[in-house]
Amino acid sequence: MSETSTKDFSVIGKSVPKIDARDKVTGRAKYAGDLKVPGMLIGKILRSPHAHARILNINTSKAMELPGVAAVITARDVPSTFYGISPARYDETILAIEKVLQVGDKVAAVAAVDEETAVKALALIDVEYEVLPAVLDPLRAMDEGQPQVHPQYERNISVEIHQDFGDVEKAFRESYVVRTDCFQGNRATHVPMEPHAAISKWENGKLTIWSSSQSPHYFQYHISRVFGLKMGDVRVIKAFVGGGFGGKLEPSAAEYVSAALAMKTGRPVKIVFDRKEVFFHNRGRHAQHIELTTGVTKEGKILGVHAKFIIDGGSYTSLGIASAYYAGAMLPLIYDFDHFKFDGLRVHTNLPSCAAQRGHGAPQPRFAFESQLDMIAKELGMDPIEIRKVNARQPNTTTLNDLKVNSCEFTACLDKATEISDWAGKKGKLPPGQGIGIGCGGFITGAGYPIYRTRLPHASAVIKISEQGDTATLYIGAVDIGQGSDTILAQMAAEAVGINYEDVRIVSADTETTPHDFGAYASRQTLMSGHAVKQAGDEIRRQIIELAADLLEANAADVDIDRRVVFVKGSPEKTLTFENVANEFFIRKGPLVGKGSYAPPKLGGKFKGAAVGTSPAYSFAAQISQVEVDEETGQVMVTKVWDVHDCGTVINPSLLHGQVEGALFMGMGEAMYEQVVFDDKGKPLNANLGEYRVPTALDVPEVISELVDSYEPAGPWGVKEVGEGATLPTMGSYANAIYDAIGVRLYDLPLTPEKVWRAIQDRKKLL
Amino acid sequence: MVTAIKKGNLHVVRLVVNGEEHAALVKSNTTLLDLLREEFDYTGTKKGCELGDCGACTVLMDGKTVNSCLVLAVEANGHTVTTIEGLERNGELDRLQEEFINQAAVQCGYCSPGMILSAKALLVRNPHPSEREVREAIGGNLCRCTGYVRIVKAILAAAEANS
Repeated sequence: MSETSTKDFSVIGKSVPKIDARDKVTGRAKYAGDLKVPGMLIGKILRSPHAHARILNINTSKAMELPGVAAVITARDVPSTFYGISPARYDETILAIEKVLQVGDKVAAVAAVDEETAVKALALIDVEYEVLPAVLDPLRAMDEGQPQVHPQYERNISVEIHQDFGDVEKAFRESYVVRTDCFQGNRATHVPMEPHAAISKWENGKLTIWSSSQSPHYFQYHISRVFGLKMGDVRVIKAFVGGGFGGKLEPSAAEYVSAALAMKTGRPVKIVFDRKEVFFHNRGRHAQHIELTTGVTKEGKILGVHAKFIIDGGSYTSLGIASAYYAGAMLPLIYDFDHFKFDGLRVHTNLPSCAAQRGHGAPQPRFAFESQLDMIAKELGMDPIEIRKVNARQPNTTTLNDLKVNSCEFTACLDKATEISDWAGKKGKLPPGQGIGIGCGGFITGAGYPIYRTRLPHASAVIKISEQGDTATLYIGAVDIGQGSDTILAQMAAEAVGINYEDVRIVSADTETTPHDFGAYASRQTLMSGHAVKQAGDEIRRQIIELAADLLEANAADVDIDRRVVFVKGSPEKTLTFENVANEFFIRKGPLVGKGSYAPPKLGGKFKGAAVGTSPAYSFAAQISQVEVDEETGQVMVTKVWDVHDCGTVINPSLLHGQVEGALFMGMGEAMYEQVVFDDKGKPLNANLGEYRVPTALDVPEVISELVDSYEPAGPWGVKEVGEGATLPTMGSYANAIYDAIGVRLYDLPLTPEKVWRAIQDRKKLL
Repeated sequence: MVTAIKKGNLHVVRLVVNGEEHAALVKSNTTLLDLLREEFDYTGTKKGCELGDCGACTVLMDGKTVNSCLVLAVEANGHTVTTIEGLERNGELDRLQEEFINQAAVQCGYCSPGMILSAKALLVRNPHPSEREVREAIGGNLCRCTGYVRIVKAILAAAEANS
């Protein structure tokens, strides 16, 4: 694995250590739950034991009398404003007003001097419920006569999507092979190691929240709206964040309820979710029921695709409208075809809400597509790699749903993956019980449009040089949740200004001290926030060069900066230090500051839902997995995975490969183990980390992460996505490898030993 | 085990944390995790599940790894505890900490303290572990960011430096 760059950059392209690594390995890094504010109370939320029930009465008097309790609140004590994160679908309130819609829904809350008192007080709140029939089966949720989860969504339909491009029926008539297969996805969830946490402080009409947040901006926007405050009177400060993966993109009860309790008591209030509450809040992967029909020519060229989805949205909309659109929107990205029909239905059930998780809406459809493509290749007698190469997207093309692709080295990814995995030496040649399979993917580099309608730029940055000229501070709203954006943006700042990485300090993700940025989601920051940083750095460089030209009596066009040396090109004796020039700048003109901002160009088509899937740039990836299957037990062991990613220019190779490894690992968990399961009353049965099985260090295969040469013209220095793309191919590549090993096709995620074993028994019956 | 002295509903516990003597009055149900975090402010010890599933709260008690969420504060009475804050000596990082930085084994960092302490206990009892032994030693420490790739590399690199 190449972790040193050959490109001619001073700071970017190098595996510098993470800017916050020392704080994290010494325990100094403070996450929201670690912070203590003087006078702070502890908040706890009373949650519903029922999946669907009417609240008849809540008696809080006994809880109020408990010594040490400062406040007990119900819906009556807080704003009744509906909130959400999908525009026009605000359907959630701080505390349940009339009905609870899932087990774990928010009913009442307590602030007390300590956690034990708060928990005791919760037990003293008396709630009288009228239990209602619950909707638990997404495939029946839209039937007549089913209970209504929300009164405003008839037949529990959250969103219904019909998109039709070209003439798919005609494409199928002209196809040599047309296959229809049904696939079932799983209800996986993010499992950030850090549970959601927030501390709210209410002082002089101003609300300050320290939070575990992927987007202080969206938090500020929604929280100010719900409480009727000016945005400027709400300050959201990101503490260190212990992982998000999509689950911390919108404010949770940790923020809303702690804020309400802080306003009620006048004291700071901290709420830290326990692990069960993280499962209740959820916003994880939608379980998708997929019917996929694909028609291809004799040569394997895909002519048309019809994808139908029913997806389980759970109780609230959250970001689920976008998730539903992403399911179909990303299908035409990596393979080029002209005819596509996409019918989607997201339904409400009385289960925890689903929304964005790494790869947002796209991984399960990708699993279905990659599985079916292998089945088609088999029918045609083609090699699975070959059918992918026949259809692989090419650079500078536009998808049928108007996604404009600039750089695209997908074919190179396929070639390299084939080579490094020794596909030719292994495919069909491995001993019985062993197999090799391929799956591919591609993903956006930031969404083309923000989640709510606004004309704000997507990212902005300010760089300020110290008076002495010895350090630079980057002020940026971009959000480091562990992926390393603080580090790579500091590298970019150093590169643009002409100084060293070690000279850069960063202040990030605080709505008051840093300029606006939409935050960490949709793999957007390296490109979008990076553009803003580059612009800010360029502005400083220009100002330094201008003054240096004056001081050196040279032409500004001949002056350059590299790693703190300001010099005249071709005259090595004419140099100044960066400090000298910067210090002189301050003396003559005051603060040396550069600023930048970025908004993507207008992207996408005009049809309904066209905005979803748009992006300035797209990544591509091919993954090959090798497995061993024990036919007696159905146990699958993945022995090795090769990932080849087309991610544009690399800013920090170690962090980049860390993203690929982590994304692949998340795909692996979803492929093999992960599924939240419920009893027949809608109560989660495995809302803990013992029974919701995430992979341990003993479960993961050897991972080889490789890159192809690529340059993205829409990105600063040629960068594009890496954080999510590698989650997409894994499920399909595992399913295809299992098929190669034992000739058994699995359609349902996760690919558990039980399912493998049952499929083996079914095949035996057929023989 | 030294029995903690009871005072009304509270117990006096004395323990050595990171080389320093500490004493506190605790309730019977106070965990070592809460004692460390809330009383002594060693917040490098993380709370991830409170059920012993995730390993984020791993500390060393008399050199052995424990999930501090499953140890009562009174059980820690008279014992020696090392938290992540105790590995750095006079501004110098432990080799494991250095390698976690060098190998980019840290992403969100929430599992890192527990992970490093599990590795520390391993390297003390087995200075030259195999990759399998490393994976077994951190088998009870969940990480959701890295796929463990660089964590295993970092621990092996620290072991390499031992020789």
